[in-house]
Amino acid sequence: MRLVLPNPGLDLRIPNYDDLERMDKEEAGDRPKWDNKAQYILTCVGFCIGIGNVWRFPYLCQSHGGGAFLIPYLILLVLEGMPLLLLEFAIGQRLRKGSVGVWRAINPYLTGVGIASMLVSLLIGLYYNTLIAWIMWYLFNSFQDPLPWAQCPLNENRTEYVAECQESSTVDYYFYRVTLNSTTTIADSGGLHWPIVLSLLAAWTFICICYIRGIGTSGKAVYVTAILPYIVLAIFLIRGLTLKGALSGIKFLFTPDVDELIKPTTWLDAGAQVFYAFSIAWGGLISFSSYNPVHNNCMQDAVILSAITGLTSIYAATVTYTIIGFRATEKYDTCMNENIRTLLNAFDLPEDAVNQSNYDTALIHLNSSYPETVLGLGLKTCDMQKLLSEGVEGTGLAFIVFTEAITKMPGSPAWSVLFFVMLLCLGISTLFGNIEGVVVPLKDLNLLPQKWPQEALTGVTCVVAFILSLLFAQNSGLYWVTLFDNFAGSVPLLSIGLAELIAVSYIYGIDRFNEDLEFMIGKKPCIFWQASWRFISPIIILVILVFYLVTQVQEELTYLVWDPNSEVFPVLASIPYPSWINAIIFLVAGIPSLTVPTYALCRLVFVCCKKKLKSNKINLNQLS
Amino acid sequence: MRRFWLLLCLSSVVAGQSCTENASDGTKVRISLASGLKDKAYMWNENEMFLFRSTLAYAMRKHMQGSDFQVSNILVCRETQRVSFWFVVTSSMDNSTLISKEMVREAVRKSRDRINGAFQLTDQTLEFLGIEAIMPPQPEHIDSRWMIVFSVFISLVVFVLLLMIMLSVVQKKRKRNEKTKKETCEEEIYRNTVVVQGICNSTFSD
Repeated sequence: MRLVLPNPGLDLRIPNYDDLERMDKEEAGDRPKWDNKAQYILTCVGFCIGIGNVWRFPYLCQSHGGGAFLIPYLILLVLEGMPLLLLEFAIGQRLRKGSVGVWRAINPYLTGVGIASMLVSLLIGLYYNTLIAWIMWYLFNSFQDPLPWAQCPLNENRTEYVAECQESSTVDYYFYRVTLNSTTTIADSGGLHWPIVLSLLAAWTFICICYIRGIGTSGKAVYVTAILPYIVLAIFLIRGLTLKGALSGIKFLFTPDVDELIKPTTWLDAGAQVFYAFSIAWGGLISFSSYNPVHNNCMQDAVILSAITGLTSIYAATVTYTIIGFRATEKYDTCMNENIRTLLNAFDLPEDAVNQSNYDTALIHLNSSYPETVLGLGLKTCDMQKLLSEGVEGTGLAFIVFTEAITKMPGSPAWSVLFFVMLLCLGISTLFGNIEGVVVPLKDLNLLPQKWPQEALTGVTCVVAFILSLLFAQNSGLYWVTLFDNFAGSVPLLSIGLAELIAVSYIYGIDRFNEDLEFMIGKKPCIFWQASWRFISPIIILVILVFYLVTQVQEELTYLVWDPNSEVFPVLASIPYPSWINAIIFLVAGIPSLTVPTYALCRLVFVCCKKKLKSNKINLNQLS
Repeated sequence: MRRFWLLLCLSSVVAGQSCTENASDGTKVRISLASGLKDKAYMWNENEMFLFRSTLAYAMRKHMQGSDFQVSNILVCRETQRVSFWFVVTSSMDNSTLISKEMVREAVRKSRDRINGAFQLTDQTLEFLGIEAIMPPQPEHIDSRWMIVFSVFISLVVFVLLLMIMLSVVQKKRKRNEKTKKETCEEEIYRNTVVVQGICNSTFSD
């Protein structure tokens, strides 16, 4: 007998096989359904493939040994991502409920897992939609030639460019000053920045209409939002490969550095990335699979989805690095040409005397004969490797590196529109799963009345979320987004994932789960799946969680700010968080993680009290 | 590499005594033909220099109305292979007095685009050191453009939203009507105590 914790009353809470067969045949009208299998697969693909595939994976790949990073990534994809994916698919399909309903059915004490998923989905959804708002802002501004971030604005005297812009760059200025109007610290709120408020309004109304009838409308929208990014990436790949310097970018990305494999941080980052890439523990996947027919082959789906996610990450990384290579080469050429010009002007040499190939030898000769002059010229060092590795993660990649690269391509407004439409689709399709993971639990918990139509549920959720996300429309909004990005999506997701594995393997019972899978798809899961669910995946997640907590607790928490008055400007300055941020971090990261044990405890106390009251009543009755 | 030493030596050739003596009133000019014109770059030779001097004489005439500047009033010296050189402008009336730097600069500023045009160059490729290039006019900051796109987008979205809400309200009403029709039909059958096997045909109800 396998280890299973006692779980009385389980059969009463979940539909048995006959009920399932009946439900399948009758096509119960209440529960939404997928129009066809393609819609379901596309929705899941859209959910899993998000903006992180474009701006987080390529950076991790390049910084952790290039091509060698693919080894830990693919290994952990198979050992950690795929089993959890199948677990969520199968449990949703079997119990036919959203995330709260599923865990409540397994054991009422586990409802905390569902609530935690909902809270995490809500917190992530708030800041994720802010990113979409920024993308929409850039999209709205792309319909003009020249692009507004192609040049600096003039100052009031119209004698020269604004100082802040000249010292940094046009794209930096446009992002940090024009778009966000960033303050210098997170404590300094600075009021609301109305372009962002309007963009947030656009973003929330857009997601509202896409999801207005639940998967009925979002299922149609995914045909566009899930497929369009692939087409746009292909266009960018073809264009990118024709640009100068693209191949140096790809070489930089994939050059393997096998020494990185020995470092534990490489494996930790790979594991964490796999976890977030699959959108596990958000609750959305469980909901989506509960709309499937009972005998849908979820094992096949899990394998297909894992393969698609892995391949898409590599595909997106390749495209990204062709563009990064192009931009780095352009900047390198500009830097070198400036140095060459300075040399030519200082020594009055003819224009073709010095070029990029003989620059070094020329410099040595001139330095040996006129060292003081050369020193006084202030020549800059042009480092290709440094240019290839700067600003290539997160918002920096999309809004600074890519926008700069686009301004250098002929026909920039078209490329800009294409790029931001792609990012918009990637983000919106992830948000579908997100909002599903918020609305369905709210309904299951009776926080929103069951009788309301889907339109009202979606509308109310979007309005409340819009008001909450005004936090990110402040001038300090960028720092809040980074805070949420770092803390709302790390520890809570890992702990929920761990709880899910333990709940299914040891509370629901692995034997029962195997039988369910046999009933649904016709064959029992092989030893690989069983070993992963019971031992391998939980251990991997536990190791990542512990290491993460240990490293975070030890470090002083700092963040990067845009401060025109700092010494390191235009590089972002690193300053420590104010002390009250610790309370916020606890709220954002701690509360969802602690919901699981807290709810179980509260329920225990409640049940004990009820029992006591009941037994007191009986005693009283007996006495009288 | 020997080329370098040769060129360095050439660059120190001094020409024209009046030019060097009065360097304070002179202006340095730097011409970048290769970077400015790329494939269409022409050779800088005496003819081009003649054109430069005559263009400058034209600029001086334009600035100082009524004056009679000639090509000979523009003295050039310290030419280098870069191509760069210094020039001074002597007064049209008296060959030994020099026109002040500020006057020369004003003249050049006034006719800058004509001078550039004569050589098919720009402010950046035909540099007069010390005379700042005028900032290129900024395109009108198109704040309104994004507002237009945003308004179009929002109106579309709101329109679709209202449409969908109205459609679902209409659908629900229709369903409710059908349901009440079915109920009244069943009531009729019950009242007439005709125990039909659950078949309710609306043609039987009045």
